[in-house]
Amino acid sequence: MALFIVAALAMTVVGLLLGCVIGLFAKIFRVETDQRIELVTELLPNANCGGCGKAGCADFAKSVVEGENPPGKCPVSSREAISAIARALGIEAGGEFKQVAVVTCSGDHSKMKTEVRYNGVTDCVSASLIAGGPKGCAYGCLGMSSCSRACPFGAIEIRNGLAVVHSDLCVGCGKCVATCPRGLIKLVPADAPYHVFCNSPEKGPAKKKVCDSPCIGCRKCLKAMPEKMTVTGFLAKVNYSAPAPTAEEIAAAACPTGCLRAALPVKKEQEVSEVVNG
Amino acid sequence: MDEMEFKVATFKGGVHPSGDGKNLSSGAAVQTAPLQSEYRVIIPQNIGAPPKVIVTPGQLVKKGEKIAEPGGFVSVPLHAPTSGKVEALEDVPGPMGVSVPAVRISADGEDAWGELPPPMDWKTAAPDELKKRIADSGIVGMGGAAFPTHVKLSPPPDKKIDYLILNGAECEPYLTADHRLMLEDPESVLAGAAICGRILGVKNIYIGVEVNKTDAIQALLAKAGAYGVQIVGLKVRYPQGAEKQLIYAITRRKVPAGGLPMDAGCVVQNVGTAAACAAAVLRGEPLIERITTVTGEAIRHPGNWRFRLGTPVRTAIELAGGVTCEPGKAILGGPMMGFAQKSFDVTIMKNTSGILLLPPEMVRQYESTGCIRCGRCLSACAMNLNPGALATAIESEKFDIAANNHLMDCIECGSCAYICPAHRPLVQHFRRGKAEIRKRAKKN
Repeated sequence: MALFIVAALAMTVVGLLLGCVIGLFAKIFRVETDQRIELVTELLPNANCGGCGKAGCADFAKSVVEGENPPGKCPVSSREAISAIARALGIEAGGEFKQVAVVTCSGDHSKMKTEVRYNGVTDCVSASLIAGGPKGCAYGCLGMSSCSRACPFGAIEIRNGLAVVHSDLCVGCGKCVATCPRGLIKLVPADAPYHVFCNSPEKGPAKKKVCDSPCIGCRKCLKAMPEKMTVTGFLAKVNYSAPAPTAEEIAAAACPTGCLRAALPVKKEQEVSEVVNG
Repeated sequence: MDEMEFKVATFKGGVHPSGDGKNLSSGAAVQTAPLQSEYRVIIPQNIGAPPKVIVTPGQLVKKGEKIAEPGGFVSVPLHAPTSGKVEALEDVPGPMGVSVPAVRISADGEDAWGELPPPMDWKTAAPDELKKRIADSGIVGMGGAAFPTHVKLSPPPDKKIDYLILNGAECEPYLTADHRLMLEDPESVLAGAAICGRILGVKNIYIGVEVNKTDAIQALLAKAGAYGVQIVGLKVRYPQGAEKQLIYAITRRKVPAGGLPMDAGCVVQNVGTAAACAAAVLRGEPLIERITTVTGEAIRHPGNWRFRLGTPVRTAIELAGGVTCEPGKAILGGPMMGFAQKSFDVTIMKNTSGILLLPPEMVRQYESTGCIRCGRCLSACAMNLNPGALATAIESEKFDIAANNHLMDCIECGSCAYICPAHRPLVQHFRRGKAEIRKRAKKN
């Protein structure tokens, strides 16, 4: 019995001593952690896409807390999430409007001619290095999924040989923009409804030869809404800094090839079939 | 002829495509293509800065008159292929599948030379004068790379050049343009070699010729002594005519990784380029025509023609009797390194060594499978690389691994892809990998 008491006492004393040592060391070597960084990181999407230009969400959170970036610099977070961060830190939300990617080409297999048989690596960068790729237009979408493989959010789908962006999934991180060898993908304001789905600087007749839906540079859209469009050579562009064109203006412009149009509302083919089946 | 009187030189690796198709056109003497009514001269015909057009539509030009000025030091001028009128500056299909700017000239039928610079005596002329004449004559590497010749002939003073090597290997299957040139006009080739040798101040001048062209070797040997040029027989092996392989075969020197031939004390020129240099110096003629092989099993009468620059490929095919069937593949250059074409409207350029049309039954479309690690690509690689491992790294986008394993040293000769039993598109992977590595290097 006495042995038991001695052992228990000894253990208690050792435990207390060690506890004091740990307590002491914790005081001496204390690391200052900013609770706010953890909070902001939690409010961020944590996809670590790098769209903000930082190494990841935690790094971005640090830069927000330190005042280097406004919370709105995160291109991925929803408005609500950004204002929640701003409220928590008591700062301005700041940042820019949300952007989404758009593939400025109409040339799927039904619209664009494929001139040659291509038997090579299924990758746009590789294909574009061989005689400009198999498609008729040397500026059009090759449809070999380089962008959709690069997208960390699964927002790009190849439909009938043409990359299509799901604007609801797209967060505007710009990874696809950097990947596309044709420079076809542009970041545009998420609320801009209409785009020119052509990127070829070639002459109108040359484009018409290979594609059913190119911009032929007819300038009808420019006449209908001079402030909202610009035309360089044979290629029209929407002026995104001006107010977005209205549906009436688009109807009045009556683009003869249908390449000035709204981005098609797309759902993943899977989901569509689920809706149809269920 | 006894092949044993030559040291038959070669390199490690390579392949020998069976049935190399040379006999289709090797017996056909070079003919001069008749004057066309119209030429479309593509503007960027050299590696480096594209030339600047100096003519305007409606302007009359004489044959050999400058139509574009060099756009920098690594650039050459362009000259009118015939006398006539500049009709337009327009975009035409280019050999790489993307449209390129061109000058369209309609011929007046007189084919009258403009004012040419006076002939020079290469034995007494100053080397710098000779070099200037070559630069002014728009001469580029006519074997395929189209690198401005005067730049190659201007090594920096700290690089001592010991050897000038002329590439008469013509290791690409099917092509016989260089073969016919050496056989029919050996003196131009030898004079060009001597001129380049004088510019570089080099005494050791070699012409390497594969031993399947014994008649050409004999023709060169008969005159070589007078020009102080030595002829070396080379083993029939692709890519014998690649710069680094040729240098190794003849001098046993190795060009360091990432280096240029001048780093091994060598300068390599194509025999066609040398002949063009001779024409420029001895006759004052700028580079406005070249010998091109029009061949392939789908061509009715394969042969070699002297075409003016800007002649459409379609015309060249018609001259060769047209096609025997709807071709399965059309290639500019040879089958190993040439470029597949989708339009016959492409025009002949300074580096168009061949036009190859193959019938559909010869064009096999392979289904590529995974690497089976057989190692055949290792023995075929002329650069001592591991093509299979490189391609696997690139496929999984590990470009840094590919770079560390010397992807940038690949000469894209295609020997590995030719021999691969899994039909892997190795060279295509390498091109992509190189493009990515260059892009990343630029970013950093």
